[in-house]
Amino acid sequence: MIEPTEAALHLQGLTKRFDRLAVDALDLRIRSGEFYALVGPNGAGKTTTLRMVAGLLQPDAGSFEVFGIDALADPVAAKQVMAWVSDEPMIYDKLTPLEYLEFVAGLWGIDAAAAEPAAHGLLVSLGLETHRHERCEGFSKGMRQKVALAGALVHDPRLIILDEPLTGLDAISARRVKGLLSERVRAGGTVLMTTHILEVADGWGGRLVAEGTLAELRQQSGHQNTRLEDLFIALVSPEHVAA
Amino acid sequence: MSSAAAVAWFARHELRLAWRDWLAMMTAGRRRPKHAALIGLVVLALILHLPAYAVIGQFAELQGPLERSSLIIMSAIILLAWALILSQAIESVTRVFYARGDLDLIMSSPAPATNVFSVRIAAVALSVIAMALLLSTPFVDVLVIGGGIRWLAAYGVVVSLGLSAAAIAIAITVLLFRLIGPSRTRLVAQIIAAIIGAGFVIVLQITAILSHGTLSRFAVLTSDTASTFAPNADSFLWWPARAALGEIEPLLLVLASGLLLLGAVIAMLSPRFAVIARRTSAHAAPNHASLRARAFRAGSRQQALRRKELVLLRRDPWLLSQSLMQLLYLVPPAVMLWRSFADSTLAIVLITPVLVMAAGQLAGGLAWLTISGEDAADLVASAPLSESRVIRAKIEVVLIAIGAVFAPLVLGLLFASPLQAAVTASGVIAAAASATAIQLWFRVRGRRSQFRRRQTSSRLATFAEAFSSIGWAATGALALAVPVAALITGVITAAILAATWKISPRRP
Repeated sequence: MIEPTEAALHLQGLTKRFDRLAVDALDLRIRSGEFYALVGPNGAGKTTTLRMVAGLLQPDAGSFEVFGIDALADPVAAKQVMAWVSDEPMIYDKLTPLEYLEFVAGLWGIDAAAAEPAAHGLLVSLGLETHRHERCEGFSKGMRQKVALAGALVHDPRLIILDEPLTGLDAISARRVKGLLSERVRAGGTVLMTTHILEVADGWGGRLVAEGTLAELRQQSGHQNTRLEDLFIALVSPEHVAA
Repeated sequence: MSSAAAVAWFARHELRLAWRDWLAMMTAGRRRPKHAALIGLVVLALILHLPAYAVIGQFAELQGPLERSSLIIMSAIILLAWALILSQAIESVTRVFYARGDLDLIMSSPAPATNVFSVRIAAVALSVIAMALLLSTPFVDVLVIGGGIRWLAAYGVVVSLGLSAAAIAIAITVLLFRLIGPSRTRLVAQIIAAIIGAGFVIVLQITAILSHGTLSRFAVLTSDTASTFAPNADSFLWWPARAALGEIEPLLLVLASGLLLLGAVIAMLSPRFAVIARRTSAHAAPNHASLRARAFRAGSRQQALRRKELVLLRRDPWLLSQSLMQLLYLVPPAVMLWRSFADSTLAIVLITPVLVMAAGQLAGGLAWLTISGEDAADLVASAPLSESRVIRAKIEVVLIAIGAVFAPLVLGLLFASPLQAAVTASGVIAAAASATAIQLWFRVRGRRSQFRRRQTSSRLATFAEAFSSIGWAATGALALAVPVAALITGVITAAILAATWKISPRRP
């Protein structure tokens, strides 16, 4: 049984260097059942952080736990409770959405009898039900994004990691996705995402990398009643506020 | 800009694109100095002179007028070259329509579509001719060195073959668009290209087996029957052969025919190309709707991976065309096998190396598609499955596919000769395992659509794969004929594999 205050994700000194330092000893604790948005300027290391958490990149230093599982020591167990959707979702052109979801469910070892209704439900929620038997090769970027998102949700992960999930989605689709993710959070799931659309983080009341709630950040920055966009600029680039 | 200037400007643009495509193919897409690519090309061309000498050196002394059997052989060689150029030309034409993402830009510009597509067709023809000249240079050089400068006329024949092949390729593509629509044209064109490329050789082989019991394709051409049915020496069918020998009149005639054919195709079909381009853009991706509802299947994670790989392989257009070509190449040995039941000859031994070689080549392609060509690499990497289990499932798929193709042939062989069946099965397994291992050691992250560039992305892997297939094929043949020699070739092939493993970037 998971305690509501249990850490869904706990990063300690997570560091990654490519040609330059991409992530510098990041400490972060995300509570279970929380919606957490990473907002930062381009090249701040948001995606690198998420890729390390998803097990796609090996950190140079530091450690992290997913629901108490040491993800570096036992990556398979950590991956079992996570889902990852990148900003450029790569799906199989020659599979239909339903075949894709069947494959993802199989990959996560989900019972076929439970996965099938879940897959159909997700396709309905995301407005893809009429395309469920069409191969994905003819799909638009937004449709592909939705198929990838359905794949991330079909195995009912406890931690959902999304990199710019609303990029390429039309207004209706974006609302559907937001609704679906909010539903997951209400049901006890945890969502960690990056976004460059500040209204998205604002609307969900997320926290920034310069960590704190919106109210805390306003207090810290001394900009009361400021919109998140202005606050973001004030935090990452104070000279622009002065200008 | 005047119309003529606009055409010239667009021609320059097309040639620049063709040059960069070619350069990317030569340099495996890496940014290298152009002179390095050119030096590499010259070295490769020099090396190619050796096999060219082995194949065509004996014909250098030929003088006109030729007797009928020589005319038949020369014309057959030219026809074979033309089939290969045509196969390449069909591939180029479909690539221009499907792979270049500039059709929307061109169609939305104020430039007259007919002019633009006339230039594009001409550019395709030029690139086809350039490639044909490049590949034929070692052969023509060998003839010039051995038989004198009169053989330089062969270059003119190559140009005319390129012109006519480009014209026919364009006509075939337009016809396919009209008959089956843009979404199916690409796949069908690839299959036609594969059949044309391999078909001529295969038909010659089958005819040779049926009439002479040998795999030699020259057996039919040198037979009395062929001479009896061949036309007279002044027939237009011999023009290309006579032109290659240096006769001026036939040379001018074949060049003029090629130009005329291409000109006619440009004049008649460039207006149609605009329509085709519009329909291609509208059907950029085919929509295969399947109304078949099927319940999710239960199984392990590896089973899910294997099922996915098998479905993707089944739906891969490249694989369909290549497998078809591999199967076509297997038809002659199968015919020979069938004949051997009635008339047992030593020639049946030749089946073993053919099967082993084909297994190695097919396994290499399949292994690249399954191991390197993972379109959703992030998804698979983020799944709760260790990398070793993922790789194992993918290797199993390659072996299942190879087994499905070759098991029936080996079983057929079992009835003719159990020993040969056992040797062939061992050879197929060794060649397939070696090719798969090489792809594993040299695996890169790519998309399935990048398959065409797999052979340039690691030349070392390509050569190692080819040498191991040849090595196991030779070992298989020698095991049946001279077992001691098979030991030597087996050890050499194993040593090649060991050396490849040693220098591979992903040594486990």
